[in-house]
Parts: sequence; structure tokens; C-alpha cells
Amino acid sequence: MLMSVSNLTVARGGLPVLSGLNFVVKEGQALVLRGPNGSGKTTLLRTLAGLQPPIDGLIKGAEDMLAYAAHSDGLKSMLSVEENLTFWAQVFGQSDIEPAIDAFALPDLRTRMAGTLSAGQKRRLGLARLLVTGRPIWALDEPTVSLDAASVALFARAVQTHLGNGGAAIIATHIDLGLTDPEILDVSGFQADPETSSSSDAAFL
Amino acid sequence: MRALLIRDLKLAFRAGGGFGLGLAFFLIVVTLVPFSVGPQSELLSRIAVGVLWLGALLACLLSLDRLLALDWEDGSLDLIATAPLPLEGVLSIKALAHWLTTGLPLVIAAPAFGVLLNMPSGGAKWVVVSLLLGTPALSVIGVFGAALTVGIKRGGLLLSLLVLPLYVPTLIFGAELARRGLDGQSTQTSLLMLAGITLGVTALMPFASAMVLRMNLR
Repeated sequence: MLMSVSNLTVARGGLPVLSGLNFVVKEGQALVLRGPNGSGKTTLLRTLAGLQPPIDGLIKGAEDMLAYAAHSDGLKSMLSVEENLTFWAQVFGQSDIEPAIDAFALPDLRTRMAGTLSAGQKRRLGLARLLVTGRPIWALDEPTVSLDAASVALFARAVQTHLGNGGAAIIATHIDLGLTDPEILDVSGFQADPETSSSSDAAFL
Repeated sequence: MRALLIRDLKLAFRAGGGFGLGLAFFLIVVTLVPFSVGPQSELLSRIAVGVLWLGALLACLLSLDRLLALDWEDGSLDLIATAPLPLEGVLSIKALAHWLTTGLPLVIAAPAFGVLLNMPSGGAKWVVVSLLLGTPALSVIGVFGAALTVGIKRGGLLLSLLVLPLYVPTLIFGAELARRGLDGQSTQTSLLMLAGITLGVTALMPFASAMVLRMNLR
């Protein structure tokens, strides 16, 4: 077991959106988050990544284990593909970026400035960043946005390889990635009642 | 950490990075002063030190709103915050990169710009010493202001309003040090105060900056 979450309540802008979440993430397992827009998938992922504290409940094992990929890719448009990846690799104490470049079919774009890439190419580069973090749990927020079918397949293969190596992934997505035996968590069943709001202090901070 | 410093320096020197912007602004401010006070060389040489300090301070301020805002816009600030680097260290590195690309060029250029203001000979040394001691504080305090206003659309003006009052002690003792040095008076008090302010904010301010940034990222 890599990570466990018990009785978790997460809030956005001081209002609880999800409550009573319990799940575990095991090695080799993909957890797919489903739910309509605004149901709190992003908030849950941001909380797991440690960007905001939970209102209630316990997250065990997420510290320094999670690589987070948000809606935006965090690319510097004036750095080349290679420089962007090398930077993130160094930040996470890794050095080898070749597997990431190969896995997302980026060799031809190596020296191109990230600012001149297309939306799908940027996304691929953003996802390649996950491979250079060397972290076991991937937390992915709508990873397939602006990817074409071939790139989605590349991405699914990368996730499958990661799972095969004992990693895990938490993916908020609406499409079927064709992963083997993913666990589905529909967050719409855990909507919090906004009336039972927490203390005003938490809302203020 | 070193990777972050190298990235920030690289970005500053590439197109649109804003290196030299502060320096050009500094030059323009210094050039405009003689136009506004008139061609009285005696008056100019009396106010030269003060103008140089004020110009350097404003030039420093000019580049602050890009400091964290750019990283926030493209999402890298979120990702850096989840990386295994302590946020306090990240912000100290950001301040260092800002000082190397904005503060240090101002220090080096100040003696040359002093000539435009008819600064007495012997003043250059003291202007360089005081700016060298004072500008790091401007960068570190600036990072705090940037962390406070990150995520606010067009937060540049708010940032200036928040940061300028915090610059007052540095300005007072920095300009005082240069003036006293130039007049041949004792410089010890202002030298120690200026160095103390810089060391104090460098040691403590990153903790405050990291705390407000964490709140802003929520």
C-alpha cells in the first residue's frame, strides 16, 4: 500500500466540497476519479499533492511520494524542450531525461522552444515531466486534454509501464484510457453539504 | 536549488526576460532629474546621491511583479511547491536571481550614472558600497511583496503600495551612508544599520514569504 486516505474532507475557497472520502492506493493500481464538472476532483488532487490542507481526515504516505500534474503544464516558453525537462529532473534529484523524451515521442522537438510547440505537444512535454520526477504516485488532473488519439495511446502506455514498475496513479479523467483493471471512484457520491461549513477562521485563511 | 537559480538566470537573459529593463529605467530617471531641477551643477551634485538611491530603488521595484507572477501564470509555481525543495529556499533563490539580474547591474552602473548628476569625485565609492549593502534587502523584501500579491490580476500597483513603505529603512540608511561617506563624516552607524537590515531580512523574510505564498496557492 502506497497511500491511504481516511475520512477526508476537502474544501475550495473555504467551503467543503467533498467529505467522507476513504480509499487506498496500492502498487500497480490506477485510481480513476469520475464526477461532473465542479464536483471537486481538482480540489481533491490539490489536497493530496499538499497544496492545500484538508479540513478533516487523514492522508497517509503522500509526502514526497506524489508527482502532481495540473491543468497547466508549468513549461517555460523561452526554454527548449530539453531544458524544461532537465530543470524538473534536477529539481527532483534525477538526471536521465532520455526515457521521458522517448516515451512521449519528443526526440524531434528536443531543441525547440516550448513556446513554439502546439497545445498537444506542450501537453506531452508536461506529462513527460512525470517520468523525470521518479516519484511512485502520479496525481493527474485531466491529463488527456488537447491530446490526439495517438498521444493518448502513448500516455496510456506510459501509465501502464509506470504501474507495471510498482507505481500508482490517481487520474481525474472522463475518457477510457484502456488501463487494465482500474479502480473507479465516483466523487459525486461524496458531495459535502455546504451548510455544514467549517469555522470562519479556516474560510478566512 | 542550483537548477532553479540557473533556470531563472537563463530566463532573465532570454528574449522577454526583462534583463536590462531596470538598468534602462534607472538611466532614464537619472537623465530626467537634471531636466527637472535645471542646469545648476552645484544643486545637482548635492542631490546626486539621493537621486541615485531613489532611482535604484524604483528600478528594483519595476521588475518585482514578474518575479512570481510569471511562474504562477504558467503553473510552474504549483509544481515547484510540490517539488522536494523547501519553499523558503525557493524564494531565497528567487531573491538571489532577482538581485543578480537587477540589483547587481544597478550597483555597477551607479558610478557612471553619477557623472550625469555631477556627483563629486569620491562619491562613487560610497554609492557603490551603500548600494551593494542595501540592494539585496530590496530584492528579499520584494519577493515578500510578490508572494503577497501572486494570483491577483494586475497586482503590480498593489505590490508597489505594499513594498515601498517596507523599503523606507533601507533607503534612509543607504542614502545616509553614501552622503556621510561623501562628506567625510563618520559612517559607522549607518553602515551597521544598513548591513543589519539586509542581514535581518535575508534571514527572516523568506519564512514570511513562504507562509503567505502557501496561503495564496491554496
